[in-house]
Amino acid sequence: MSVPVRGGPVHLDPPGPEPTGLGRFADFGGRFVPETLVPALEELEAQFRTAWGSDEFRAEYAELLGSYAGRPTPVTECHRLSDRLGIRVLLKREDLTHTGSHKINNVLGQAMLTKRMGKTRLIAETGAGQHGVATATAAALFGLDCLVFMGAVDVERQALNVWRMQLLGAEVVPVTSGSATLKDAINDAMREWVASVNTTHYCIGSVMGPHPFPWMVREFQSVVGAEAREQSRAILGGADPQMVVACVGGGSNAMGTFAGFIDTDAELIGVEAAGLGLESGKHGAAIARGVPGVVHGMRSLFLQDEDGQVLEAHSISAGLDYPGIGPEHAALAASGRARYESATDDEALSGFQLLAETEGIVPALEPAHAIGWVAREAGHSIPKDTTVLITLSGRGDKDAAQVAERLTGERLQ
Amino acid sequence: MTVAVEPYLRARRGEGRKLLVPYVTGGLGKHWLEVVRAVVDAGADAVEIGIPFSDPVMDGVTIQEASQRAIALDATPRSILMEAASLDVGVPLLVMTYYNLVLHAGLERFAAELAVAGIGGAIIPDLPLDELAPWAEAADEAGVETVLLAAPTTTPERVVAICERSRGFVYGVSLMGVTGERTSLAAQAGEMGARLKAVTDKPALLGVGISTPQQAAEASQFADGVVVGSALVRRLLQGGGPSEAADFIASVRTALDAG
Ligand SMILES: Cc1ncc(COP(=O)(O)O)c(C=O)c1O
Repeated sequence: MSVPVRGGPVHLDPPGPEPTGLGRFADFGGRFVPETLVPALEELEAQFRTAWGSDEFRAEYAELLGSYAGRPTPVTECHRLSDRLGIRVLLKREDLTHTGSHKINNVLGQAMLTKRMGKTRLIAETGAGQHGVATATAAALFGLDCLVFMGAVDVERQALNVWRMQLLGAEVVPVTSGSATLKDAINDAMREWVASVNTTHYCIGSVMGPHPFPWMVREFQSVVGAEAREQSRAILGGADPQMVVACVGGGSNAMGTFAGFIDTDAELIGVEAAGLGLESGKHGAAIARGVPGVVHGMRSLFLQDEDGQVLEAHSISAGLDYPGIGPEHAALAASGRARYESATDDEALSGFQLLAETEGIVPALEPAHAIGWVAREAGHSIPKDTTVLITLSGRGDKDAAQVAERLTGERLQ
Repeated sequence: MTVAVEPYLRARRGEGRKLLVPYVTGGLGKHWLEVVRAVVDAGADAVEIGIPFSDPVMDGVTIQEASQRAIALDATPRSILMEAASLDVGVPLLVMTYYNLVLHAGLERFAAELAVAGIGGAIIPDLPLDELAPWAEAADEAGVETVLLAAPTTTPERVVAICERSRGFVYGVSLMGVTGERTSLAAQAGEMGARLKAVTDKPALLGVGISTPQQAAEASQFADGVVVGSALVRRLLQGGGPSEAADFIASVRTALDAG
C-alpha cells in the first residue's frame, strides 16, 4: 500500500473480523433491546454485511471520505513535544477532517446505509456535540431529516455545537431525564427509535449499543488505523510505533485506531477519563472501575452501584462523560491485548495547553486526555525514546470557551 | 402464596372475563403495597410490580419519573421483593424490570428471590427472545413464568416463536413506542391482538399506551385483556393513594365488563 496523502485516494483495509454469535466479542456485546427494534437491527446487520463486502459501496464510501471529509488525514511528527518529553510522538490528525473530529467517518457510512434502507430520517445522541454535528452534516448532505438528543448539561457547556447543528438544519432536543448527560441522551434516542423505527435510522456515535453497531462503527472508523499504520511506517523507516494511544469515551476513535495495529507488535493503550480522580467516584473510567452489566443494548462494563443502578459519570469533556464502554474494548481489556489507563481533568487540561504551546495544535478535551497521559508517563512507564502514536480525535475549538473559563475564572464574551 | 400466572389467567378468561393487569412501581411511596391490594380489590386479575431501573429505555416520562422517585426513596430490588413477600392478594404477581438488575443480582439468585417473595412471573422488556436462554433456564428452574413481548414490527415467524416461548401470558405491544398515556388507542392495537390470537391460545394481553377505560374496552375486543401502567402511575405521582388507584382501576374493570 502506498502512503496516503491528503486529497489523494482513500485506501480502506479489507473488512476486519466479525464478532461471533449474536454480536459477541468474547463475553461482551449482544443485542439486548426491546422487541420493537429487533427486526430493524436484523435488517441493518444484513445491509451492512452486504454493503461492506461490496466493492461498489466501499468505493463510494472511500470517495466520500476523500472528496467530502478531507481524508486521508496526515500523521504529524511532533518535534518540539518530542524534545520536551524525551520520546518520539506522532499524531494522527483527525482534527483536520471536515467537522473537526473522527465522528464524520462513521456518520457518512451510516448515512449511506440509511439511504439504502429507504429511511428518511436520522436520530442521534451527542455528548460533546461532535457526533451531533457530524450527523447533522451527513443529514444535510444526504437530504435526510435529523433530530439530535443532547443532555441539558451538555447543551449548556457546548453551546457552539448546538448552534452549528441548528444551522445544519437539525433539531436539537435537550434531555433533562436522569443525569442530563450522554447516557440519558442515548436513552431518549432509543425511546424515539422505538416509536419511529420504520422510517428512521438511529445513527449511534460510538462502538457501542446493540449488535451490529459496535462492529459496524469500528469498521467505519478503521480507516483511521489503516492510514495511521502506513503513515507511521513511512516516518519510522518501516517500523510500527511501539505504542498506540487513544482516548476512550464509547471507544470509537480508539477502536478505529487499534484496528489498524491489532496485528502488529504495537502496545495498544486506551485512556479513560479519571475526572476528579479514580478514588473520588467522579470519573468516567468504565474499564478501571466498572462491572459487567447490560445497558444500552450491550453487555459490557458499566459504572454501577451495588444494586445495578447505573451511576453518573464525570469528566471535564462531554465526550468522555459516559459510564460505559464499547464491548470490544471490554474484551480487549479482558484478553490483555489492549491496556487501559486514565487521565484526570487536570491532566487533560495540561495536555490541552501543552500541545497548543509546543505544536500549535489545539486538541479537543477528549484526546487531550491521551496527550496528558503520555506527558505524565513519558520517562516513567513510557521509556525514553519510545515511539508513540496518539490519535488526535478532534480539534479544540468547541472547548475553548470552557477551558478559558476554567483557567482564568472568567467567562469569554 | 405464589399464584401461578398462566393457569389463573386461563381460568379467569374461561369465565368469560376480560383480563386486567395494572402496573404499579414498587417502592413508590410508603403506601405502595396498599395500592397493590387496592387494585386487586378493584378487579385486577394480576399485578405487575415495577422494580425501578436508572435507565428504563422502554418507558416514557411517567414511569421514568416514578422510577427515579422510588430510587430516591431508597427502593432497591431487594427491598421491593422483601416488602412484596407480605402481599397475599390471591391473584398472580409479576415483576417488570430491566435485565441489568437481574444480571447484577445473579440469574439463579434473582429467580429464587422472586419465588421466595411469592412472585409468579417476570417481564424484562430489554431481553428479547434471542438473548433469553440463560435467564429462561434459571426462571424455569425456579418456577418463574417469563412473559415475552411481541411488537407491531415483529415478523410472523417471530410472533409464533415468541408465543411458544412465553409463559404466563403473551404481551402484545399495542403501538410503536414506549410506555406513556395516549389520547386514543393506536391503530396497530387491533392487528397486534389479532396476530397473537391467531397463533396462540395462551392468554394474550395488549399493553403500552392504554390509558382510559374506553381504550381498555376497545383494546380488549382484540385480545384477552389489557395491561394499564402509566395512567395509573400518573395518578400516584400526582398524590393519589390506594383509594384513587382503586377508583381508576374499578372504572377500567366496569368498562371491560360492559364490553
Ligand atoms: C473529539 C472526540 N474524541 C473522542 C470522543 C469520544 O468518543 P469515542 O470514544 O467514541 O471516540 C468524542 C465524543 O464526543 C469526541 O468528540
